[in-house]
Amino acid sequence: MATKSRNLSIVKRGLMSFETIMWVFTRLSALGMYALIIFGLIGALIMGARNNMNFADVMRWGFMPNVTHVQNTDLPDTDPWASPLWKLTASALLIIAVGHGVHGLVVIADDYITTEKGRGIVRIISGVMILSMIGIGLYLIWTS
Amino acid sequence: MGLNRNVSLMTALRYKGQGPFLTFILHRIGGLGMAIFITIHLLASFVSGKGGHFINAIYENWAFQIFIFFCVLFHAINGLRITILDLFPKLIPYHRQAITIEWVAFIAIYGFAVVTIIRTGLGG
Repeated sequence: MATKSRNLSIVKRGLMSFETIMWVFTRLSALGMYALIIFGLIGALIMGARNNMNFADVMRWGFMPNVTHVQNTDLPDTDPWASPLWKLTASALLIIAVGHGVHGLVVIADDYITTEKGRGIVRIISGVMILSMIGIGLYLIWTS
Repeated sequence: MGLNRNVSLMTALRYKGQGPFLTFILHRIGGLGMAIFITIHLLASFVSGKGGHFINAIYENWAFQIFIFFCVLFHAINGLRITILDLFPKLIPYHRQAITIEWVAFIAIYGFAVVTIIRTGLGG
């Protein structure tokens, strides 16, 4: 079956549908988040995480490189951790994660809500969630 | 069109999907856990004040950290397996071996994180 579908053109395979594009986005955004997390972990080690933070603190920083996530550690100076580089990294991670996460919620909701009207409402709620979470997250990152 | 699975609840609960189904359901639980609690964490930080600090204090508790680390790490490691298998379909016949590797990686990383969180939480 898989071989047969590979012989079809991209258009015939339906790769241009919104759902398929989001299927690809989910995979690629996961890889994007991995890249940003690894970037954050390497940065943390360069900035002195090895001597002043425990494993869980470093991972918490990796998942969201925001300075508030390292304020309870033994770091003598957290100023480098609040630099624009890390705010940009955290912003990129936030935007990708919100897109990935909210689409994941829509996929789960679609398993239980099967009426056209219900799915339309889910999509409206997901749009509001994406915009509000990105807005609130960016505000928190750039004002912390 | 309403939801019609043609399967009773008892049959669904007895479903024996084994390893792949376990990772599927844990992936959903992890994703939902993150979506719910990170949303509340963002809102609590945004609102701040007494209520916000109270909610964030719960989040900083070591017991809650163990739960949220499970959600994040399992979702991340299982998601990487899914991504690799989807991008390289020739590996799909080996998905059970991939799940075994996934569990080894998860237990090693999560185990280390839990030990660290408990030691820090207990003042070690």
